[in-house]
Amino acid sequence: MLGTALIVFREIFEASLVVSIVAAATRGLSSRARWIGGGIVAGILGAIIVALFADVIASFASGVGQEIFNASVLFAAAGMIAWHVLWMASHGKAMAKELGSVSAAVKSGARPPSALLFVVAIAILREGSEVVLFLYGLSAGGSSVSTLVTGSALGVIAGVAAGFALYFGLLRIPPAKMFAATNWLLILVAAGMASQGAHFLIQADLLPALGSQLWNTSALVANGSMAGQTLHALIGYDARPAGMQILFFVVVIVAISLTMFLQRKPAAAATKPKNLTSPQPG
Amino acid sequence: MQRLTTLSLLAVVAALAACSGNAMPEHTLVLENHKFTPDQITIAAGQKVRIKVENRDDAYEEFDSDSLGREKVIPGKTTGVVVIGPLEAGKYPFMGEYHHETAQGLVVVQ
Repeated sequence: MLGTALIVFREIFEASLVVSIVAAATRGLSSRARWIGGGIVAGILGAIIVALFADVIASFASGVGQEIFNASVLFAAAGMIAWHVLWMASHGKAMAKELGSVSAAVKSGARPPSALLFVVAIAILREGSEVVLFLYGLSAGGSSVSTLVTGSALGVIAGVAAGFALYFGLLRIPPAKMFAATNWLLILVAAGMASQGAHFLIQADLLPALGSQLWNTSALVANGSMAGQTLHALIGYDARPAGMQILFFVVVIVAISLTMFLQRKPAAAATKPKNLTSPQPG
Repeated sequence: MQRLTTLSLLAVVAALAACSGNAMPEHTLVLENHKFTPDQITIAAGQKVRIKVENRDDAYEEFDSDSLGREKVIPGKTTGVVVIGPLEAGKYPFMGEYHHETAQGLVVVQ
């Protein structure tokens, strides 16, 4: 039973960390409860569907369908995070000043939380489908239902509790710094997801590894340890990363922060010099 | 813009897939009664190797190796392919995560 709880916990834990970062990052957005709730429900349904069709997915693309599926889903999630982060950054000033203006901005038109619904759904779908397959395997193997239910319930509760712990930890950050902090966390999560996606494509032999195990920090932080899993969810930590994983990680961070920088600059240039040089109309 | 990025990524992937040759050493592992046969394979250092995992059980299994950095779900009665390496000499254990009590194996790189 504890073995079941542990495996379920390890799968739920990472999804739970991603959801809590999204929850913290969207604090103050009026419709976020609906978006996050919708994302969780969609993720659970998606996990069951993916698990049901696992054999179909696996047989795609001469046996590497699963890797292509995982990589696509991870790249899509990273893209959605990038979109959200850039949107938040461009509306950041108003939000940092007053939480209320955020919901106003969201109501007024663009709806970035919908991008994060997708991210929440994907985080749960990926980890959840493995839980479903694992439990299905155990029940087919003759394990008693009560053991499975108790074990997985323990695992889910512990995993969700870890997510809540991170969420309330993030809430302690003062609101003025909150958006910057959670935005940077999200950028790291996106870079980590892209790097994991690259890892799947290397496993499928669709991408060159550029050095299959560049270094090994297992002695310091093993992949399977709590710290390793936390870092895996947050930055896509891998104790033995391939060069291509590092490349994806760096490129995503540089691309998002550069776009953020370029976005900010014209806005500043458009408002300030105008006041100085040209006379005000009216 | 994201769509464009995704498309160009897919194009890169497709191009690379077309280029990658098939001259890769291959090993087959049979998974039966939640045990790997053979439970140890020896491969050359510095070379990519294709491992076919033939799951003869009804149950799903996840080929999982922390040291190889590989994780792949293999449905019952199917064969999954995992490409590993190039690796340095050493011992790299792997397991079937869903039945790790019995499903254990080792890749020896020389």
